[in-house]
Amino acid sequence: MAVPAAKQRLSVPFDYDKYLRPGKLPHIWCPGCGHGIVLKSLLRAIDKIGWEKDNLCMVSGIGCSSRTTGYVDCNTVHSLHGRAFAFATGIKFSKPELNTIVISGDGDAMAIGGNHFIHLCRRNIDITVLVYSNAIYGMTGGQYSPTTPAGSYATTSRYGNIEPPFDPCEMAKAAGATFVARSTAYHTKELEKILLQALEHKGTSVVDIIDSCPIYYGRMNKFKSASHMMNGLEKDGTITVAQAAKLTPEEIGGRQLRGILHQAERPEYCENYDNIIVKQATATKGA
Amino acid sequence: MAIARNKREQMGLTGNSAVAMAMKQVNPDVFPAYPITPSTTVVEEFSSYVADGAVDTEFIAVESEHSAMSACVGAAAAGARVMTATSSQGLALMWEVLYIASGLRLPIVLCDGNRALSSPINIHCDHSDTMGARDSGWIHLYSETVQEAYDNIFQAVRIAEHPDVMLPVMVCLDGFITTHAIENVTPIGDEEAQEFVGEYKAKNSLLDTDNPVTVGAMALQEPYMVFKYQQSEAIKKAKDVVIEVGKEFEEKFGREYGLFESYRLEDAEVAVVILSSAAGTTKVAVDELRARGKKVGLLRPRLFRPLPHAEIAEALKGLKVVACLDRTDSMSGFGGPLFNDVRSVLYEVENRPLIFGRIFGLGGRDYQVKDALAVFEELLSTLETGKVDELIKYITFDPEAPLSVDGSGC
Ligand code: SF4
Repeated sequence: MAVPAAKQRLSVPFDYDKYLRPGKLPHIWCPGCGHGIVLKSLLRAIDKIGWEKDNLCMVSGIGCSSRTTGYVDCNTVHSLHGRAFAFATGIKFSKPELNTIVISGDGDAMAIGGNHFIHLCRRNIDITVLVYSNAIYGMTGGQYSPTTPAGSYATTSRYGNIEPPFDPCEMAKAAGATFVARSTAYHTKELEKILLQALEHKGTSVVDIIDSCPIYYGRMNKFKSASHMMNGLEKDGTITVAQAAKLTPEEIGGRQLRGILHQAERPEYCENYDNIIVKQATATKGA
Repeated sequence: MAIARNKREQMGLTGNSAVAMAMKQVNPDVFPAYPITPSTTVVEEFSSYVADGAVDTEFIAVESEHSAMSACVGAAAAGARVMTATSSQGLALMWEVLYIASGLRLPIVLCDGNRALSSPINIHCDHSDTMGARDSGWIHLYSETVQEAYDNIFQAVRIAEHPDVMLPVMVCLDGFITTHAIENVTPIGDEEAQEFVGEYKAKNSLLDTDNPVTVGAMALQEPYMVFKYQQSEAIKKAKDVVIEVGKEFEEKFGREYGLFESYRLEDAEVAVVILSSAAGTTKVAVDELRARGKKVGLLRPRLFRPLPHAEIAEALKGLKVVACLDRTDSMSGFGGPLFNDVRSVLYEVENRPLIFGRIFGLGGRDYQVKDALAVFEELLSTLETGKVDELIKYITFDPEAPLSVDGSGC
């Protein structure tokens, strides 16, 4: 019996294997970690945009998030802590036709790599940056990071963090990124859509992805389980831009905004550079 | 006063816990740090001491190791007693600032959990991190055991702050092998520790507003070399200070520390020169061979910078063959740094021993008693033939073995 086309589409699960390196799974992420969900959303977005794996380059720094590059079957560079942005800039600049994605975490992007992050955004080079934001250094055992909310606990802030956190989206926007968005691992479908738009965007796109580290952040901040944490931080702790538009700041409270937070048009770096070459070449010829 | 050593309580501690505890007992003024495997737990435990009010230290969780060492320099220049801990890429990122610390003659103490440098990424033990910093003007102490790493922290403070020296010191212990292994440690009491390290009073301090100073000023063609000469003289003097501080430590606490450890070397014909934890493994092989009547021994440098060249030459001069085992390759095409240094040291020795270099255990590759025995076998056959077969070679390693990239090793 023939299955109606629409139904058939629903029943065929997405073939993640197409994008994963054979023999590399299971991954190293802890049970309950959101990184796997983010990876799946990203792979679906890449599939939608239809990029060839050979034309795709993924660059990561160091940290739990940065292990992503080990699993994806495309051109990958697992670089140095905080330096993925600089590595990626070099790659994109020498091969602008390569679709380039940077995978980073909050410690990687906002602390040790903060300098490179802002200059990547400033140049508006056509790279998509994913910041897996779990407010902690997971890989080294739960030290507080620049996105750890004030008052929360970490192995280096036993009585609560006294430092105010960075907002990676505000930072990206201020530095000049032309596409800035936020989603969460919980909102996996929405995340996929946002990632697709980020990939499609010409220029620097930054997606801050609120993600849970139940092992360190969760345990130290009294979240009973991974799902408790996802519900608390990702589902109830966020609100879409559209929903927020109808509410007063008091009603929004401490919830973080999801969706596209900033979009602008500005010349892209590689194109700009090419233009100069063309211009100078023509000028020299004319002389 | 004699120490009732056996009365002292023993504790089971990992290398990192012992180092953190020693640092707590020193109670430094400032501790800037950034987490990195495998030294993270030093930082983590120390931050707990800070949170619990067990120390008076200002703990700064900075945003990178470059900032960690920069904050160390700033605080030390302001007259504070400063400590930090790192590993591998963390030390590599401090590189630029390491030279500032030594050039400014700031007595900072750093603990490094020795770990391989990228690339490829590897979190396990070898000495490429600190060996890369061997010319940075820091004093290097390598520790074989948890106890020694613990004891070295106190001594490092004294060596660094000695008025003849005034140079930073790094205390090295093997990543995971020593940082994470639990061993019996006999700690010293808090008061004894305080008494041993004493109070630190910086001669020049940025906070001494009555006597303003400038730090890090330019010094071009003429004065630059004067500063470097002074630094060079200071690091030479460190050797005597290491001996002096070691003696005092022994008198007070009963554990002996010198420039290096000689193990069954007196009448030995052949010996291995090796650093840190692998020396323990090698000593087992020495004992086994001694039991079979072979005249073998070991020399384990504790102080690597400055290099106690005359003393090493003296200790090795009666030998016939020496093997230097490096847990790093200096990629000069001519073996590891220990091999090169020891070979150079032996140049002045009359009837100098034959010498060969072996590179082992990179990136945490296992080094076992059988590997040490194989080196001694080579030493003994060289003794017989009077000829070194291969000057430099990789061991604990088969270049023909297939590389598996899919297993947990990658
Ligand atoms: S430590 Fe945290 S961030 Fe890292 S894999 Fe585990 S849950 Fe995820």
